[in-house]
Amino acid sequence: MTGSFWLPDGASTLSSEIDSLFHFVNWASIILFVGVVVAIAYLAYRYRRRPGGPAPMRVKPNKMVEISWVVLPTILVLIVFNWGFRLFVEQSVAPPNAYEVYVRGAMWKWDFEYPTGAVTTNELHVPVDRPVRLVMSSADVLHSFFVPAFRVKQDVLPKRYSAVWFEATRVDTFQVFCTEYCGMGHSVMLASVITHSQGDFEAWLASAGVDEDTPLPELGAQLYQQQACIGCHTLDGTEIIGPTFAGLYGKTETLDDGSTVVVDDDYLRESIVDPNAKIVQGYANVPMPAGYTGLSERQLSALIAFIREQQ
Amino acid sequence: MTEDIDRSEAAQARDAEEHSGHGDYITHAKSIRSWMFSVDHKRIGILYAVTAAIAFLAAGVFALLVRAELLIPGETFLSAQSYNQLFSLHGIVMVFGFIIPAIPGFLGNFLLPIHLGAKDVAFPRLNLFSYYLYLLGVILIIVAMVVGSVDTGWTFYTPYSARTGPAVLFLAMAVFIAGFASIFTGINFIVTVHKMRAPGMTWNRLPLFVWSIYSTSIVQVLATPVLGITVLLLFLERLLQIGIFDPALGGDPILFQHFFWFYSHPAVYIMILPGFGIISELIATFSRQRIYGYMAIALSSVAIAMLGFLVWGHHMFVSGQSVISSVIFSLITYLIGIPSGIKVFNWIATMYKGSISFKTPMLYALSFLVLFTIGGVTGIMVGVLAVDIHLHDTYYVVGHFHYVMMGGTVIALLGGLHYWWPKITGRMYNEVCGQIAAFLIFVGLNLTFFTQLVLGSRGMPRRYNDYLPEFTFLHQLSTIGSWIMGLGLFLVLGYLLVSLFRGKKAGANPWGGATLEWTHTGPRPDPHNFHRTPFVTRGPYEFDRIGITHTETAEADRDADPPDVVLNQDRT
Ligand code: HEC
Ligand SMILES: [Cu+2]
Ligand SMILES: [Cu+2]
Repeated sequence: MTGSFWLPDGASTLSSEIDSLFHFVNWASIILFVGVVVAIAYLAYRYRRRPGGPAPMRVKPNKMVEISWVVLPTILVLIVFNWGFRLFVEQSVAPPNAYEVYVRGAMWKWDFEYPTGAVTTNELHVPVDRPVRLVMSSADVLHSFFVPAFRVKQDVLPKRYSAVWFEATRVDTFQVFCTEYCGMGHSVMLASVITHSQGDFEAWLASAGVDEDTPLPELGAQLYQQQACIGCHTLDGTEIIGPTFAGLYGKTETLDDGSTVVVDDDYLRESIVDPNAKIVQGYANVPMPAGYTGLSERQLSALIAFIREQQ
Repeated sequence: MTEDIDRSEAAQARDAEEHSGHGDYITHAKSIRSWMFSVDHKRIGILYAVTAAIAFLAAGVFALLVRAELLIPGETFLSAQSYNQLFSLHGIVMVFGFIIPAIPGFLGNFLLPIHLGAKDVAFPRLNLFSYYLYLLGVILIIVAMVVGSVDTGWTFYTPYSARTGPAVLFLAMAVFIAGFASIFTGINFIVTVHKMRAPGMTWNRLPLFVWSIYSTSIVQVLATPVLGITVLLLFLERLLQIGIFDPALGGDPILFQHFFWFYSHPAVYIMILPGFGIISELIATFSRQRIYGYMAIALSSVAIAMLGFLVWGHHMFVSGQSVISSVIFSLITYLIGIPSGIKVFNWIATMYKGSISFKTPMLYALSFLVLFTIGGVTGIMVGVLAVDIHLHDTYYVVGHFHYVMMGGTVIALLGGLHYWWPKITGRMYNEVCGQIAAFLIFVGLNLTFFTQLVLGSRGMPRRYNDYLPEFTFLHQLSTIGSWIMGLGLFLVLGYLLVSLFRGKKAGANPWGGATLEWTHTGPRPDPHNFHRTPFVTRGPYEFDRIGITHTETAEADRDADPPDVVLNQDRT
């Protein structure tokens, strides 16, 4: 990552002013800090205890000095407060013409739904040079949507909407982090913001969500990645957070309550849309997140076809 | 030559004679029972010290493990789940098992009555009871550890904490109980300061350590009940499935954050104010100088304690609270920064025209000034509304509060521990080892946490068990720093243990302190601290005009006042 020593490269309309404020406070802090250290070092050396050294002398308090070290810092912090406050208002209020995308955070992935109805997972596509407002909510616990390059962050809450806005200034791919602790997959709840020029974005949007021509298993393979199943289910037989898909179809699965069930299409469907209905033995502590109710019938069939192929 | 600075040899010889019969507070009774059921504030202080030290050791080891996992990108030796449990335990044990109770429980208990010229705290039995509540709290935390799977972080944010494993209930219970220990201790100290001061010990003659413990106690008494209520509600919600904080049941997760920070921000001052008190004592004694702006320091502690209740919302700028409340919280946050700044300036000014000795405790005091300044200015940074949006929940915040908690409180505690060690144990430690350890800790701490500031402002979120490749180098520096710091701390543990058995015997006043524990008690205090109630005729830092006397022998002792020249000699 490039950028200054302290901050990554900014890429939104507000980032440069936020950076200026950061650097202002930072330099003021460095000057104050150096002042403190120099004063300590000087006094420590000058008045070190040594044989034959002078006796400690009483010091009369000096009103001017005292007033100045109360008033100067107060003025400084008030300047900083005022600056931070004005910027904060700008950050909080999205321009009226903003392009809106709905964001849904769930353990541990991000879904983005565009006004056309197209949905992407862990990839947010937006145009540059146009304000974008994200309306966000969570399917389960708290999450937080953070794009360092845009200097924006906002908590995402269950059963409540929160919003954040930015206007990207260049075409690139930017990292998204979840910054509110949300359990085991918190560190992998990553996504990217992909910015397009206005024309490219229209083109992307027109093609997004169109998957009629893709054969089911192939679509399933794409969904396996996009929907983040890959984070918990492997295809090579190793067990990570969830059971492997290798050899799953047709086998007899032992459930948490001791009963058994043969893995068929119905069981798979239920496992995806209502994972808590039947929990596989050994996984009761961290069951599968219940965030997949939004999948379409075709997508479900595709996933099932895909799992069926993993023998 | 006697090491006592303001009492005649005759007075000391008489004390020794009077006391040859029953020994000091350690030797007068030796059975385990006499320790476990002692109502002597000094012994209770030591019980706290041992328990808190064990908690610190455990929580420190958790932190070292967390840092070790972050040495190499990707999962190395900890699964995501165990990583989350470890950082949660690090936070919970550090906060509730160590940093909140440590200084008031240990040094507060040991010193407060002596500083006031009293025999004990106002309610000695309540004091013992507080200790056992605290111990029970710590044990329950450990039980929760064994039961396993607490991975909520020390903040217990809902609704996550409403869903994770059942051990969170134990922890809530533990925190609830430990909270009561804190409340009782607070009440006890407040009453003690009001009612138990020796004749002549006016409010403006109180050592600043007392002022800081007094302010802390106010916060403990007023804020901790809110924590109790919050964890109780959490508990009830889990148990009875009533919706308070969990939106799935109709509750409100933001409400939890308000409750939590309504306690936990003032709790930050419970953690740091006693440290301020220690630093005042150290700088005065090792500069042989009156504290510059005594009243400013004393009252700013009280001001901080009060204002501290009005800023909790600065933890919630991105939580979804209203813009206007964020603005107000940010403004008040700055106002509370000012008194802390004033203290730092006053401490530095105290060194002016002093006679400064660089013994281990003073090295810690100087480290404190440097580290706490970094903690303070980074605090101003995260208080800036627009900038905090970027920094919130990143390593910048982690770096900031470790500079305050570790660079502030822990460093102050280490300074205090070394300063009062001879008074508590009657023995000296190895000074060279002490200085080396102080240096290692200073270097390690900066390496660990400065890199975290940079990591955070570059975008590294906190509570991640893995990170993107671009953060590798800084994470590795931070982990190496944690080893250097760990080495320093283990060195301290080592030479202090050696000192317990082999240390040189200490005199009653090895540093030339002017507060009552140095001038009016033996190398180790007696079971009841003083043979006669001290009669106080001067302030705590009047090294040049020592005038504390025993009521009876006022004249004799005043005659024995040592002249300045004697004061100016380095006696150790
Ligand atoms: C956060 C981790 C996680 C993610 C992401 C995840 N799962 Fe799961 N999944 C689990 C766990 C844990 C189990 C076992 C517990 C249970 O049965 O609910 C499981 C069970 C299953 C089962 C039943 C397996 C068996 O052995 O009977 C199926 C089928 C399944 N998941 C499909 C999916 C699909 C399809 C996706 C993506 C759309 C997905 N999962 C995403 C964790 C996850
Ligand atoms: Cu998260
Ligand atoms: Cu706070």
